Amino acid sequence: MDIVVLTMAEQVILTLAALMLFTSFLLLAQTRLVTLIHIFALQGALLFATTLVIAFTYGRHHLLISAALTLGLKVFFIPLKLQKLVTHLDIKREVEVVGNPSLIMFGAAALVLFSYYAVLPIRELSMLATRNTIAVSLAIILLGMLLIISRRKAVVQVVGFMCMENGLMFAAVAATQGMPMVVEMGVALDVLVAAILFGIFFFQIRTEFGTLDVDKLNLLKEVE
Amino acid sequence: MSGWILALVQTALLVLFAPLLSGWIKWVKCKFQARRGPVPWQPYRDLAKLFRKEVVVAQQASPLFRATPYLVFSVTVLASSIVPAFAVGLPTAVIADVIVMVGFFALARFFLSLAGMDLGTAFGGMGASREVTVSSLTEPAMLLAIFTLAMTFTSTNLDAMVYYTLTQPFHIYPSFIFAGMSLLLVAVAECGRIPIDNPATHLELTMIHEAMILEYSGRHLALLEWASMLKMLIFGILICNLFLPWGTALHIEPVALSIGAFTLVGKLMGLGLALALAESVLAKMRLFRTPELLSLAFILSLLGMLGHVILEVH
Amino acid sequence: MYLYLAHSGVLLALLAAVVSLPIRSISTGARMAFALLGLSGLATAASGCMGMLTGCSLNLVLPIGLPWLNSHQHLDPLAGFFLLLVGGVTAIVALFGPGYVIGSVSDSAAARTLAFFTGLFVAGMYLVILAADAFSFMVAWELMSVASYFLVAHDHHQKENVAAAFIYLLMAQAGGLFILLGYGVLAGFGTGFTFADMQAAALPVHWQHIAFILAFIGFGMKAGIVPLHVWLPQAHPAAPSHISALMSGVMLKVAVYGFIRFCYDLVGTFHWQWGVIILLAGCASALLGILYALMQHDLKRLLAYSSVENIGIIYMGLGLSVLFASNGNPALAALGLVAALYHCMNHALFKSLLFLGAGALISQSGQHDLNRMGGLMRLMPITAICFLVGSISISALPPFNGFVSEWLTFQTALQGTVLDSGITKSIIAVAAASLALTGALAAACFVKVFGIAFLGQARSKDTLQAHEVSFGMRASQVLLASGCLLLGIFPSAVINSMQAIPTELLGIGLSQVEAGGWLWLTPISARASSYGAPLVLFGISIAWAGAYLLLHPRRRKTPVRFSPTWDCGFGSLSTRNQYTATSFSQPIRRIFRPIWPIDERVDPPETAAEGGRYSIHIGDWAWEKLYLPLGRMIQRSAKLVTKIQGGNIRTYLAYSFFTLIVMLWIVI
Repeated sequence: MDIVVLTMAEQVILTLAALMLFTSFLLLAQTRLVTLIHIFALQGALLFATTLVIAFTYGRHHLLISAALTLGLKVFFIPLKLQKLVTHLDIKREVEVVGNPSLIMFGAAALVLFSYYAVLPIRELSMLATRNTIAVSLAIILLGMLLIISRRKAVVQVVGFMCMENGLMFAAVAATQGMPMVVEMGVALDVLVAAILFGIFFFQIRTEFGTLDVDKLNLLKEVE
Repeated sequence: MSGWILALVQTALLVLFAPLLSGWIKWVKCKFQARRGPVPWQPYRDLAKLFRKEVVVAQQASPLFRATPYLVFSVTVLASSIVPAFAVGLPTAVIADVIVMVGFFALARFFLSLAGMDLGTAFGGMGASREVTVSSLTEPAMLLAIFTLAMTFTSTNLDAMVYYTLTQPFHIYPSFIFAGMSLLLVAVAECGRIPIDNPATHLELTMIHEAMILEYSGRHLALLEWASMLKMLIFGILICNLFLPWGTALHIEPVALSIGAFTLVGKLMGLGLALALAESVLAKMRLFRTPELLSLAFILSLLGMLGHVILEVH
Repeated sequence: MYLYLAHSGVLLALLAAVVSLPIRSISTGARMAFALLGLSGLATAASGCMGMLTGCSLNLVLPIGLPWLNSHQHLDPLAGFFLLLVGGVTAIVALFGPGYVIGSVSDSAAARTLAFFTGLFVAGMYLVILAADAFSFMVAWELMSVASYFLVAHDHHQKENVAAAFIYLLMAQAGGLFILLGYGVLAGFGTGFTFADMQAAALPVHWQHIAFILAFIGFGMKAGIVPLHVWLPQAHPAAPSHISALMSGVMLKVAVYGFIRFCYDLVGTFHWQWGVIILLAGCASALLGILYALMQHDLKRLLAYSSVENIGIIYMGLGLSVLFASNGNPALAALGLVAALYHCMNHALFKSLLFLGAGALISQSGQHDLNRMGGLMRLMPITAICFLVGSISISALPPFNGFVSEWLTFQTALQGTVLDSGITKSIIAVAAASLALTGALAAACFVKVFGIAFLGQARSKDTLQAHEVSFGMRASQVLLASGCLLLGIFPSAVINSMQAIPTELLGIGLSQVEAGGWLWLTPISARASSYGAPLVLFGISIAWAGAYLLLHPRRRKTPVRFSPTWDCGFGSLSTRNQYTATSFSQPIRRIFRPIWPIDERVDPPETAAEGGRYSIHIGDWAWEKLYLPLGRMIQRSAKLVTKIQGGNIRTYLAYSFFTLIVMLWIVI
């Protein structure tokens, strides 16, 4: 149970993993949309930092391109776009949370424990010192999903989806030191396209219904 | 024998310099607010003035009212004698258990709340009621943070904790970062600073600590004020030395001790600066918003504990 | 042989029951009965002490009971510890008893029945601890339950007391049934009903689980685990105060004794699932108990809920112990067991002290409601100081005894890092955090109790009539308070005397306890943690003396001046200005709102001159969501069954006819 055998880089990666988990918790607790977007940008920045550290420590230079992509997309482009969307759609008011916040927080903590329990057998397969971060990545993915189901505003659900993708990237980078370049480019392109499509759809939904509250989309059902 | 003398000297120094920390924070706050403000050693003058003044006690007061200032002060002085400030390895270290220290502060708070209720005034009851509510919300966060630390240190003895960090090679523990953030929030709540309680207010709706000591005057009030300044110093030393203990003397020799003293003063000045900055930027929160802040502290310590179990154990 | 001493204690208790029956005068009868009860308490306490210290186990077979199963009796260290507890508290309550009974009971017949059932109750408790076979155990258990039913229903002119006694009897019987089934499982796989036979029995694993569940529910119902606790807050306020002290301080511990005997001694093997169940049940009881206690304004009901909290803490210690034992760490299991037992002793002392103090308060001020008391510190100083000691002890503050047992429980929880499973480690850490929350809420609760009852101004006219109580009542409280202080200052001596118990049950004691000398309590090792209780007391005294002496010249120059309380210039303050018990706990009520079913009503004033009405009623979710629906379901099914009794004679003849046909078919 001694952790002094880790090098400084590995300690930094573990710390960044913990901080990313913390940003996921902050997202669950946050009610203001603009701050939510900023925290998501912070999570992207932490992912960028992790990618950089892994790139330099293990000499995977293709990860530098991945890091640059993360920085450009997740830290600057997508948050800026979302923020402009929010200002344009004039929905800067507070977000309502379904269920009470303390219950969601404890549910989040239980999910973290559950993801730890779930990846215990997988952990044994990896030889790396950072294999513990697999549990954290799974937790971030699950917390992103919790964010999607516990909120009503569609923009928040987009942020939740992006968080899930962050968690996936983190798992790829920290536990396995990066995926093949082609896969990473493909994923990044997918995310970009998704963001653009979301933006277009939101305009249409807003024009049709006058609101972006997904519970109001129940009006679409034809059977009464 | 020299260890005991050193422990006594350390206690005396901490008791004597507690008002200076309080004055430093106030001075920095005034500078942030572009005011001239009082000099950093103003609290000494205030205490001296209070000691000179006459003590007026209400007729309905019970003996508990008059005994409480002495009890609170002596318990806080005892707590200051066990916190590792300049050096580790002092003979008082054997009772330096962190849970015991939390118990001391709880004892002082118990009697202070009772003293608030003693005269049957509305302010006193309100202060007591709010104080016990806030403290019951800080206890789980504080204890979980201490547990997280103790899981790595395998000890709850303060001396052993500081010794461990000083003698092991440098290591970043994610659980410590979260436990540290949580303990900062808890320290703000326990010491009655903004955003939980305003130490400079006398408006009844915004008081917690002030409401309990409202009826005290003269030397009783001086003892209580001194005890609260000492409590803030103790919490500051705890946070500095648990997380950033480098500089604390490992052996009892003059050079190491003076290095220990200097680094401690520097760390405390930095912490005071940070607190003054936070107090200038934040506003006091409504009483029923404080559970949100303290549940944030609890989530932080919970994350620290989970981080330890998940990330730091192989 | 000291087992005979214990039996003579039992006989003295039975004698105390009958001695006052022929005596007309209340005071003589009460004094004689309580004197005998006190002697019996001393006898059993002495025998229990010897049993615990010598560390060996005595057995005896009495020629009474069933012919093929004579009554087996034993006295081993565990039984000795609990006998010491029961006997000691009984002796002190016997000191309190005469003054209280003479002051509050005016009917001679009522006083005699009270004495009769008190003696039977105490004898029943002794016999439960001394029993070494299931039959004697159950007989003694039933004696204890039924006798205490009559004690709870003593003041039967109040309807709610009768209802409370009925619920108590019902749940005691249900619990007894579960315990009987548990013993049945053990006896079914063994060779007989004696404890020795049950120890030797080898059960398959799923039968062990079944036996554990049965024992957990059965003993838990008597001990007061949430959600099986609903009889406690009804029965304790109904009984006379010295009986409440016995029930809360001692009877609940007898249930804990039964549970420990069943799990540790008779079943013998431990499973981690049991540990988690006990730990979580303890956590829930501790938290919910103290939260419900905070909202009460009836003093004895508040103390009853506080007992639920303390039983929860004891169960947390036991749960940790079972977790460690199942993981193969007997030393840490011993630590958990010692922490739980220490808390048993502490709770017996301070809860009895608080109930006796409550008895003194209620008998003097004539009020049950905290909202009508106040300012009693000046009128009843000795009671106030002893009650203060009890409040500090129950809030787990140094240097008194409550702190030691909570500190030991924390240390046990901290050692959870040796377990392999990360999930269990996290559960233990969160349980420890909830224990911290419980401790802080307990301090809040007892600040409220002491502050409202003793400090401030009197809130009703009756309270102004109070005066200090009689010598016996004072002396008993002072003895208990000193006990609290002594157990707080000399923890390592106490734990050393208890070493025989974990050695007997788990095979290992706490070897490191006095590793640093008698001054320090070092349960695990000197480096891991240490607590020097005498030094804490010494340090506080030195600092206090120093501050007092340094200010002595100031005190002579500017002495204290007394004046009326400052009223901000608005005119004289009335006693209505101060906080009440309900308002004191309002912030907590608001923060933890979903925990209680709250019925709060504000009726605005009808005319401009009135002030309107505010009423608040706090129920119990376990009662409303679990027991009332259960009661309704039972009544519905009972109604269905009554349809058999149609009243029609042809239907009854048809029953006989069909029974005859079925029997002919089966036989032929």
